[in-house]
Amino acid sequence: MSGANLFFLQLINGLNIGSIYALIALGYTMVYGIAKLINFAHGDIIMVGAYISLLCLNAGLPWYLACILSILVCSLFGIVMEKLAYKPLRKASRISLLITAIGVSYLLENSFQLIFSANPKPYPGFIDLPTLKIGAVSISANYYVTFIVSVALMIILNLFVQKTNMGKAMRAVSEDEGAARLMGINVDNTISLTFAIGSALAAIAGILYSNCYSPINPTMGSLPGIKAFIAAVLGGIGSIPGAVLGAFILGMIETMVKAYISSQLLDSIVFAILILMLALKPAGILGKSVKEKV
Amino acid sequence: MSNVLEVRDLGINFGGLRAVDGLNIDVAPRQLYGLIGPNGAGKTTVFNMLTGVYEPSDGTIRLNGELLNGKKPHEIARMGISRTFQNIRLFRNLSVKENVLISLDTQVDYGLFSGIFKLPKSFKQEKAMEEEALELLKVFELDGYADTLACNLPYGKQRELEIVRALGTHPKLLLLDEPAAGMNPQETQNLMDAIQRLREKFAISVLLIEHDMKLVMGICEKITVINYGTLLACGTPQEIQNDPQVIKAYLGE
Repeated sequence: MSGANLFFLQLINGLNIGSIYALIALGYTMVYGIAKLINFAHGDIIMVGAYISLLCLNAGLPWYLACILSILVCSLFGIVMEKLAYKPLRKASRISLLITAIGVSYLLENSFQLIFSANPKPYPGFIDLPTLKIGAVSISANYYVTFIVSVALMIILNLFVQKTNMGKAMRAVSEDEGAARLMGINVDNTISLTFAIGSALAAIAGILYSNCYSPINPTMGSLPGIKAFIAAVLGGIGSIPGAVLGAFILGMIETMVKAYISSQLLDSIVFAILILMLALKPAGILGKSVKEKV
Repeated sequence: MSNVLEVRDLGINFGGLRAVDGLNIDVAPRQLYGLIGPNGAGKTTVFNMLTGVYEPSDGTIRLNGELLNGKKPHEIARMGISRTFQNIRLFRNLSVKENVLISLDTQVDYGLFSGIFKLPKSFKQEKAMEEEALELLKVFELDGYADTLACNLPYGKQRELEIVRALGTHPKLLLLDEPAAGMNPQETQNLMDAIQRLREKFAISVLLIEHDMKLVMGICEKITVINYGTLLACGTPQEIQNDPQVIKAYLGE
C-alpha cells in the first residue's frame, strides 16, 4: 500500500474512533456542566448498552428494536444512577462524588461479570451495507455509519441545547443552579434529563463500538470511557463543541501514533497529552478559564 | 381584606445563632413595602425563607392564604413569588431575551417525560413567548439588547434585566434585594419611577430591601425595620423616620 493510501486509511480510522469518543465525551461534558460531577461510571454505560443490545439481538429481535430498547434502558439507568448514587451527595464535597462515581463504575463492571461472566462474547454486527471504495482504499460500512450517526447526533444535540426550552433550562442550571431554581426551573428534572441524554448517547456509542470491535466483555467501557474523558478535558470540560473537537483530535493522534510511531506506546502518549494539557492549559482548548471570585 | 403575603412569628436558627426571631410581615395587594435594617440584621435571610432557599425553624409564611412552608424554591416561584439578588445572578452566557424566556417557560408546567415528548412546541406558542419576552424587556427599554449576552450589558442594565427576568414568572409578589445598589442618583431615580410603573402595569406587590433611604422613603407605603433579626419598628415612612428606636439603631446613642 502506498504511503498516501496508508495515510488516508489512518485518517478514516481516526474519524471512526474519534466519533465514538465524541459520543461518550458529550455525556461527560454535559453532566459536568450541570452537576459539576465527573461521572467515571459513564464509560461503563457503553458496556451496558452493548450487552442490552446483544441480549435483544440474541433473543431474535430486529436490530432497530434492539437499539431502541438499549437506548431506553440506558437512559433509565442513567436517571436511576443519579438518583441513587449522586443526588444524596449533591451538597457533599466534590471528592466524595468522584469516589462514589469510581465505586459505581466498579459495581457495574463486577455485577456484569457476575451475570454474563468475564469471558468475551461475540457481537453479531448488524450493519449490513456495502463497503465504500475510494481509490485503492475500501471503507467498511461500520466505519462510515459510525461517523454519519455520530455527526448527526451531535448536530441534533446542539440544536436541542441551543433552541429548545429544555435546552435553555439546562444552560441556565449549568450557569447558576440557585438562581435557576428561584426562576421556577425544576433543577432535579433538568439533571435527570442530562443524565438520560448522556446515557442514551453512550448506549449508541456502545452499539456502534461493538459493531466495529466484536467481541465484547464487561470491562470494555473502561478504556474508551477514560479516553473520552481525556477528550473532554482536552476540548474544555463543560463545553459541548469542546468535547467533539477534543474527541476528533484524540482519535487522530491515536491512529497516527499507532501507524507511524508505536502501538505499544499509544496509551502512554495519550495520557502524557492529558498531563501536558492539565499543566499548560487546564481549561482546555475551548474551555473558559475560571476566575476566582474576589 | 386579604393580604398577599402574611408572615407570622417567623424564626430561623443557624446552629446556635438565632438569625431571625418572631417576625411578622403583612403585604397588601399592590403595596410597595420596604424591609430595612443595619447590615447583618437578617434581611436577606428573610428573603431566603420567603423563597424556600432556607426552611424556617418556626412560624408560617402564606401567599394569598396558601402555606409556603416546606415548598421547594421552584414551586414557590411558580406560585407567585419572584426575586432579584443583592449581587447580580443573571445567566451570564445566555442572551438577554433567553434570560427572560427561561422564567416565562416555567409557566408551562410539565414533568420530565411529558417535557421530552412535548418538545416540538408549536411555532405559534414559541412566537407568543418571544413576543411577551420583548414586551417585558420594553418596561426597561431593554428590547434593543435582546440578542446581547447578559454579561455584556452595562451594570445598571443588568440590574434592570434581573427585574425583568423576575417578572417573567408572572409573580404576585416581587422581592427586590437592594435594587439600587451601585446605581448613581439618576439611575436610582429612574428605578423608583420604574418600580411604581410596574406595580401599576402588572398589579403586583413589591417587597424591597434597600439601604438607599431616599428610595425607601420615597416610594414605600409601609416599612418594617429589623435589627438582630427582630422587629424594631413598623409603620409609614413618616412614623419610621421619627421613631427613636430606629434613630438609635442607625445613628447610635
